[in-house]
Amino acid sequence: MEVHQHPEKKYYLITDESRCKGCGLCIAFCPKNCLGFSDEYNDKGWRVAKMQRMRDCIKCYMCERSCPDFAIFIDENEQTEKEELLKEEKTQEEKKN
Amino acid sequence: MTAKKKTNEIDTSTMVKNPPKKFHHPYDELLRKYAIPTIYCPGCGIGTTIQAFLEAITKYTDIPHENIVVISGIGCTGRASGYINLDGFHAIHGRAIPFASGVEIARPDIKPVIISGDGDLFSIGMGHLAHAARRNIDMTVIVINNSIYGLTGGQDAPTTPVGALTKTTPYGKISYPFNLSQIAIANGATFCARYTVYEFTPLAKAIARGMNHQGFSFIEVISNCHVNFGRRNNLGDAIAMRKQFKKARVRMTEKDINKDWHKTDIEFKVGVGFTKIPTGIFLEEKERPIEFSERIVNAYEIKKS
Ligand SMILES: Cc1ncc(C[n+]2csc(CCOP(=O)(O)OP(=O)(O)O)c2C)c(N)n1
Ligand code: SF4
Ligand SMILES: [Mg+2]
Repeated sequence: MEVHQHPEKKYYLITDESRCKGCGLCIAFCPKNCLGFSDEYNDKGWRVAKMQRMRDCIKCYMCERSCPDFAIFIDENEQTEKEELLKEEKTQEEKKN
Repeated sequence: MTAKKKTNEIDTSTMVKNPPKKFHHPYDELLRKYAIPTIYCPGCGIGTTIQAFLEAITKYTDIPHENIVVISGIGCTGRASGYINLDGFHAIHGRAIPFASGVEIARPDIKPVIISGDGDLFSIGMGHLAHAARRNIDMTVIVINNSIYGLTGGQDAPTTPVGALTKTTPYGKISYPFNLSQIAIANGATFCARYTVYEFTPLAKAIARGMNHQGFSFIEVISNCHVNFGRRNNLGDAIAMRKQFKKARVRMTEKDINKDWHKTDIEFKVGVGFTKIPTGIFLEEKERPIEFSERIVNAYEIKKS
């Protein structure tokens, strides 16, 4: 398992190389071109997908939803998400005022 | 302002060396983990459809998980019931629907969901499907249409388009394919939808809507078997086939429900691939049609009184 954390939004993106079969769907459908093939092979001999540019990630879930093997997924960080919501509410209130 | 340059540099600074907790896939509890990785070829659409089904039952419907039974027949798709950690049964070839009918009649509170292939449900199991639809038995049928018999090595199925090359049609298929949705509707299905594997969220929502519907609901999923169908017809790999689905799909809107279901033929050109795939919800009978187990109960009550 390789874990990447978004530098600002703090959610995690996890790739599980023991499940990956290297089909490349997540790489092809990522709208921000964040993912790429790794130089390493897993136990089954597949060349696995890897997160390469987490900074560009926009949390669109395209990779998680296109993966047929449940090998890539996003783990939302609940705490930071609440903070974000609070921030948004604050800015909206400020705009109103 | 200068436009941001697209860089292909690898940035490893975001990697977390010591993760704060053990991460697991959101649907891990609904999967039999000892069976993963699946036997499916890399990029096969069946895995994506299983995920859409799991998303449907967790996010879009309130049916408790212990009230869902997943039943499948034989084929690559048929293995789905073995990967999903719910009550299930892997029936013999083509007989998923008779088993589901039994489940529904014995325990009307249980929702049988059938996940099976086009070959399983529409060649050997065609008669059962027609009669279950005619009786309007309360079940959800998810048929994964990959235009081929995948498991057995790519023989031509009743859904293989005209002209397509398969193992058993080396000069191109000469007969016409079925339009599965139209067959289901003509036989009496009361809910019918079709989506491609590319349209993940609408598919998950349609599955949930079909499960919430009382009566026979039918969901057709156009999937990619790039290994046995795509390879022989020059459609490329899983990525190329899904991009083709993205281009070929013609989405029906909410207004077209119950109107345009007879204009839903899939178009396929030899050498080019799929050129038109109408998708969307085709039919939904709003006034609640009486489903089978309810009618059985009614008949008993009439006899008693
Ligand atoms: C009675 C019987 N006849 C034939 C077979 C051989 N057989 C196994 S799977 C299959 C077709 C499966 O096709 P489909 O349902 O489209 O599944 P897919 O692999 O495409 O997902 C056939 C004919 C069998 N297992 N049992
Ligand atoms: S043979 Fe076709 S349907 Fe079966 S797992 Fe491979 S790609 Fe999927
Ligand atoms: Mg098939």
